Amino acid sequence: MNHIIEVENLVKKFGQLVAVDSISFTVAQGEIFGFLGPNGAGKTTTMNILCTLAKPTSGRAIVDGFDVVRQQSKVRQSIGLVFQDRSLDERLSALQNMNFHAMVYHVPASIRSQRIEEGLRMMELWDKRHHEVRTYSGGMKRRLELARGLLHRPKVLFLDEPTLGLDPQTRTRIWEFILELRRREGTTIFLTTHYMDEADNADRIAVIDYGKLIVMDTPEKLKKIVGKDTITVKTDDDDRAIEEIRLRYQIEARHDADGLHLEVANGGEFLPAFIKGFGTKILSVSLRHPSLDDVFLKLTGREMREERAGNGLREAIHQRRMRH
Amino acid sequence: MNNLRGVYIIWYRDLVRFWHDKMRMVGSLAMPFLFLFVFSRGLSSSFGLFGGETDFTQFMFPGVIGMAVLVGSFMGGVSVVWDREFGFLKEVLVAPISRASVAVGKTLGAATIAMFQGGIILAFAPLVGVSFSPGTAVTLAFLMFLLAVSMGAFGVLLATRIRTMEAFQAVTQMLMFPMVFLSGMFFPPQGIPVWLGVLMKINPATYAIVPLRQVILGVSPDSAFGISLFGHTMTMWNNVAVLTVFGVAMIFLAVRSLSNQEQFSMAW
Repeated sequence: MNHIIEVENLVKKFGQLVAVDSISFTVAQGEIFGFLGPNGAGKTTTMNILCTLAKPTSGRAIVDGFDVVRQQSKVRQSIGLVFQDRSLDERLSALQNMNFHAMVYHVPASIRSQRIEEGLRMMELWDKRHHEVRTYSGGMKRRLELARGLLHRPKVLFLDEPTLGLDPQTRTRIWEFILELRRREGTTIFLTTHYMDEADNADRIAVIDYGKLIVMDTPEKLKKIVGKDTITVKTDDDDRAIEEIRLRYQIEARHDADGLHLEVANGGEFLPAFIKGFGTKILSVSLRHPSLDDVFLKLTGREMREERAGNGLREAIHQRRMRH
Repeated sequence: MNNLRGVYIIWYRDLVRFWHDKMRMVGSLAMPFLFLFVFSRGLSSSFGLFGGETDFTQFMFPGVIGMAVLVGSFMGGVSVVWDREFGFLKEVLVAPISRASVAVGKTLGAATIAMFQGGIILAFAPLVGVSFSPGTAVTLAFLMFLLAVSMGAFGVLLATRIRTMEAFQAVTQMLMFPMVFLSGMFFPPQGIPVWLGVLMKINPATYAIVPLRQVILGVSPDSAFGISLFGHTMTMWNNVAVLTVFGVAMIFLAVRSLSNQEQFSMAW
């Protein structure tokens, strides 16, 4: 397999603070690689180094065969970027923003306008191409940034929290675009996120915390670390149902206001037979796979959401201690 | 070659942006025109100053052109701060063009816009009662360009160091306005208190305003409208030399400063 990104013992220090602590990993060509971790874990710093926006304190990183320190220009030509925060010229139109990008990235004039049209149509922005970007909604701006990031057909597309602050519908749409893109162009996608459901789209995920790589695997395997699926059943006679489950499956179901919860290894396979052969009348059934939230909690003992800022973190830890 | 292309693209974007922004175009001319037709007219009538050949409006005219060029190019250069604030600078800094070409392109973009603004005011010469030959116009354009490039690069240099909007305010209030007022625009650098003279001689813009006035009004460097440094009367070419040295230094520093920029947010 070809490795399009190779990172070896990467370190980045800001004074005393070690933001990235000797990280090593590789990303295969065409892979969707997710970088997951709380705010301040070192995700964006690592990405900035890979994008040549920051210099590593030590270690080595290769993108598309080029060294990110010694061959900056080559790396930059090979990558596309969608930043966490906006990077559009809001005073220019979508078309002008695209044109600027095409010129900077040497997209030949002969195919420039066709490429730009294609990108804007794909992101459904063609009708508004002459509007100034500042009149766009957040989702439209993000889509424009995606279209722009793809304009020069990068080998690797870096997405830093690509759907941060967007509504669920827009998030879904943007993910459809990203997956479509990978299918069509075989683009490698390197993404950072702290949305767990978003990381599920990745082929492999690296979990990073306090600048260190904790674990790296497929979402499915990571979830296995946490363990079983949870099935929630509502019946018209819960006591009888608990008894029946105990007899048939030797599982002790947990009972609360939402119904009965039972943990099984493979809920998808378990359910059809369970429903078919169950004596008690079932009112509703739901299946929940362990999420990457659960994975993070299991690995670090902390929930991702608690990690806002230094203070917030200390408070969160404090509160947890109080609860215990 | 690649660098040249980069310079062109950055320059081009600034022009497109300026062309887009009609309000900025009009707004940028309001201040010089106020000084020229309201302030100086009012002042010369009420004091009856500068009787004889040169009236106050004519005296002010070269200064107002210089002011338009100085403010236009300096603000144009400092606009890198806005590009950072609105995120666009990231797109530029991660692009496969050298930082040097970004700094130079930005400087030239600011300078071109400033030249345009100064040129419009220059076109009002007949209204002020000033006339000059086409050859003089070329000399004027040359002086204006030197000032524009120097101040544009100075602006870019400062912008790479400015991190907050407060600092941006401070720079314009405490640097740009003093540079305008101490440039010889309102009063020539002769017959003034020593400390004021020293400040004016430190101000690089003085070496543009003084020769601009000499050329436009056709007065000699050793008149009351000249400037002397360490007892030496500065000729036209002396002034040009000072301005060039300053401009080249600013471009060098701006390129170096932008090249050393790493990341812009502390978000990890």
